[in-house]
Amino acid sequence: MSRPGITQLARALRARETSSRELVAGALARIEAQDRVLNSFISVAAGQALAAADRADQQLARGEGGPLTGIPFAHKDIFCTAGLRTTCASKMLADFIPPYDATVVSRLAAAGIVVLGKTNMDEFAMGSSNETSFFGPVRNPWDLQRSPGGSSGGSAAAVAAGLVPAATGTDTGGSIRQPAALTGITGLKPTYGRVSRYGMVAFASSLDQAGILTLSAEDAALLLSAMAGFDPRDSTSADLPVPDYMAQLGEAVAGRRIGLPKEFFDAGLDPASASAVREALRVYEQLGAKLVEISLPSLALSVPTYYIVAPAECSSNLSRFDGVRFGYRHEGAQTLEELYKKSRGEGFGAEVKRRILTGTYVLSAGYYDAYYLKAQKARQLIARDFRRCFAEVDIIAGPTAPTPAFRLGEKVDDPVQMYLNDIYTIAVNLAGLPGISIPCGYSTGLPVGLQLVGPHFGEGRLLNFAHLYQRETDWHTQLPPAVAGPGA
Amino acid sequence: MRAHGFPPGVINGPVAVKLTPQDVEHIAHLARLEIGAGEIDSVAAKLSSIMSFVDQLQAADTGSVEPMAHPLDMAQRLRADEVTEHDQRDLFQRNSSAAADGFYTVPRVIE
Amino acid sequence: MSWETVIGLEIHAQLATRSKIFSGAATAYGAEPNTQACLVDLGYPGVLPVLNAEAVRMAVKFGLAIGASIAPRSVFARKNYFYPDLPKGYQISQYELPIVHDGRLDIELEDGSTSSVHIIRAHLEEDAGKSLHENFTGLTAIDLNRAGTPLIEIVSAPDMRSAKEAVAYMKKIHQLVRYLGICDGNMQEGSFRCDANVSVRRAGSDQLGTRTETKNLNSFRFLERAILHEVERQIEVLESGGKVVQETRLYDPDRDETRSMRSKEEANDYRYFPDPDLLPVVIDAGFIDAVRAGMPELPDARRERFVAAYGLPAADAALLAASIELADWFEAVLAAAPGSARLAANWINGELMAALNRDGLGIEASRVSPEQLAGLLRRVMDDTISGKLAKQVFELLWSEGGDADTIIDRQGLRQITDSSAIEAVVDQVLAANPGQVAEFRAGKTKVMGFLVGQIMKASAGKANPAQVNELLKRKLQG
Repeated sequence: MSRPGITQLARALRARETSSRELVAGALARIEAQDRVLNSFISVAAGQALAAADRADQQLARGEGGPLTGIPFAHKDIFCTAGLRTTCASKMLADFIPPYDATVVSRLAAAGIVVLGKTNMDEFAMGSSNETSFFGPVRNPWDLQRSPGGSSGGSAAAVAAGLVPAATGTDTGGSIRQPAALTGITGLKPTYGRVSRYGMVAFASSLDQAGILTLSAEDAALLLSAMAGFDPRDSTSADLPVPDYMAQLGEAVAGRRIGLPKEFFDAGLDPASASAVREALRVYEQLGAKLVEISLPSLALSVPTYYIVAPAECSSNLSRFDGVRFGYRHEGAQTLEELYKKSRGEGFGAEVKRRILTGTYVLSAGYYDAYYLKAQKARQLIARDFRRCFAEVDIIAGPTAPTPAFRLGEKVDDPVQMYLNDIYTIAVNLAGLPGISIPCGYSTGLPVGLQLVGPHFGEGRLLNFAHLYQRETDWHTQLPPAVAGPGA
Repeated sequence: MRAHGFPPGVINGPVAVKLTPQDVEHIAHLARLEIGAGEIDSVAAKLSSIMSFVDQLQAADTGSVEPMAHPLDMAQRLRADEVTEHDQRDLFQRNSSAAADGFYTVPRVIE
Repeated sequence: MSWETVIGLEIHAQLATRSKIFSGAATAYGAEPNTQACLVDLGYPGVLPVLNAEAVRMAVKFGLAIGASIAPRSVFARKNYFYPDLPKGYQISQYELPIVHDGRLDIELEDGSTSSVHIIRAHLEEDAGKSLHENFTGLTAIDLNRAGTPLIEIVSAPDMRSAKEAVAYMKKIHQLVRYLGICDGNMQEGSFRCDANVSVRRAGSDQLGTRTETKNLNSFRFLERAILHEVERQIEVLESGGKVVQETRLYDPDRDETRSMRSKEEANDYRYFPDPDLLPVVIDAGFIDAVRAGMPELPDARRERFVAAYGLPAADAALLAASIELADWFEAVLAAAPGSARLAANWINGELMAALNRDGLGIEASRVSPEQLAGLLRRVMDDTISGKLAKQVFELLWSEGGDADTIIDRQGLRQITDSSAIEAVVDQVLAANPGQVAEFRAGKTKVMGFLVGQIMKASAGKANPAQVNELLKRKLQG
């Protein structure tokens, strides 16, 4: 059983060794066979996918199309897909059919990609374990008793298990990088503003960013080239040219400086994960890069800052779910207040409600200055730390997550413990920087992620660093037991 | 328990901020969320632990720091004043079980 | 003990953009429900706002017109509350950093006195939709066509001291936004409306009393009535030993009273915070200069020019400059009938206004065009027709159309200036009235008027009155 990435599949399609229909049918069969256990998909659109595959095959037969034409793919169920149910893993949107496509969806469709379905996630992307989904938790292909991480856990599990070669994710506090780390795949969170947020159901608007989960940095470069760029429908989208990410892959890194924040290697880090990461950094040293110890003194503020800013924004973003124009509606309400409270009370799950309440509280009269304003100032301190570091180093490296995959149910009752899972990823969102997680070894048989963080719009540099590492190592090609099969 | 870079006592230490059931009811009302009577206490406990955790920010020295609302240092882009969207009411109202005669409906609001 | 009234107004003017403030949906009034509500206006999951440049330009234009500061950096914030006409559960508005602040407007009162009102701020925001409570059994129906229409909210200081002053201020703002072309000013359709903050205090006190806010006043008369009622009510409360409660009230025109709106009061913790979907609006000097270059002449300047350039009496100039349409109309007449300023002013403020009022029309729907009136005035000025007969021609222009010259010829109204023809009529009238001639010669010069009247009558009003007078005088004295 193999797990080919996009680059390999594209080559096979060009060479007419396979067809998109064959790839899509194969992927649908794998989903059928394995996803009852993994639960990585919320919706599978077999008919649409096969029709799109046939169109792609016709294009390819005419010698048309690009490197993504005919490639099976999945979207996190947070991206609106016209005519295809988009649930955000919530009862609130369990029957919601968007009348439009997210910009990410339409751009990838224009590049010829074939969407098989929508992947499971934490409800409204709020969670780090995929356990808050209305459609049930996703299982980690490396150990079915464990979480794949979250919130893009469905995309991570589906890619790691080889159901699809790549999938979109969104990352508000680590929701691409952490599940990529926990499932042994590559996860790229671009710079805030690099990829349009239009059509991505908002969790925390100043932090959310769309990205991808792939089997290699090379595949991520290919996808990012198709997704990135200015979108007039998103005021926060950067009006900057998109570089040729593929062309930057393979650039030498000799003499480049890699900053290692001492706060990333503190007592909270699992020792085996720490050694895997340090081992990985040696590869860069061998390539001629220099390791430099740096400090992000305000890093400790990042989790509490995030858990003020993100809930504040979410409490407002989720007010639109009121049972009137779309989404779950409590039928039979006698008063407007009852309609609102019951629709929202019944439509949202426990973690979403907790965050709405937290956000409402920190913005409410008498608390705004102490919490929200204070958090905005702390956010500035965190961003300032990064600015200072990037004056000295080209890239920052460290672990993606403090521990490898944890057991399902292990943290679900302790929100603060769950939040601390994102200690190494959250600051990157607060500062709006790009980050990538790539597999770099194991801790107790479970994948460990190496996180690389770049300066604003430094995706090309990140992808190159990740690619060079993947050229030297094969962690990213190693299969989880669920793919390798019993006894493999 | 690992410390994750936080001062000891912060994570599982004493609850520094305590929300009362009345606080929870008040913010749940502001947020228009129904919380069952039986859940109020446990919600109050969880929110208290979250607020106690984030409350450690109070120790940070942020005196003269400019608040940061947004990660990008960009100005708002302006759109030309053109009508680009046209009537798709029927399509949009398919997601509502409360649409009637082109309107959306809610229980009677008395002013 | 006497009381002083203190009033501040928050005026909401819908900006006359084609599309909405944050979406590309049309803003036209009167469409079928929800047909001008796009995904952004409906607050659909995933959609995002993008700011309309024209709304920003219009706000800056207003700021310049009131001599205000234009913020180099202003910020949109979310005002969070639940209401069915507010689809997102928050209104995008400006809170801490409005686009316009600290302006001033001078107003004149009916008694000729003037005062100056400080405008604290004017900020951009989106309008809400409309709730309809009638015709839906047990339900409220929501139409979101209006949701997202750009508004400028103009907040005055509590600088006004009477209902009349408040009305004068609101009228002045109304006049200004229409001159600027940033609002159609249609109050029936809700394009221009205000909330009145009213309090009373003991005369001589410098402490503000507790105020109430009366919402959504959409006519000058309602504003006046609501303030008068509210002042009376507050004084009554205070004089009977009570306390005014700070609250939101609604004016009921049917009962001519204000009443408390407790439904909106209960939870006004709006949890404002900067909207993370929008970035700071940065306005540089170049932007402001471009707006300034396109500024029209403002009402006060125009009125003053009417006095200075055309020699109009101040009262006539004020009437003509009251609305931009009327002022433009007046100047269109002047363009077609140069030198007719005073005459045109009299005709517009007199005959034209009377005709418009009679038919219930606005100036934009006048049945006589400026060119038609100019054609008539030219004939008055060159003595082709007397002022009196000109009124007949005007009525015909109004009722039948056409041009003045054709009507004058067709009706034979051309003035008689041939002195021998006039002399014949004069002689004929003198011969027919020997008694009055004798009276005149006996010193009763008043009969002159009677004789002129007879001559004009005999000439069917066409004799040139100046010539008639001169000739008659000569004959009577000769």
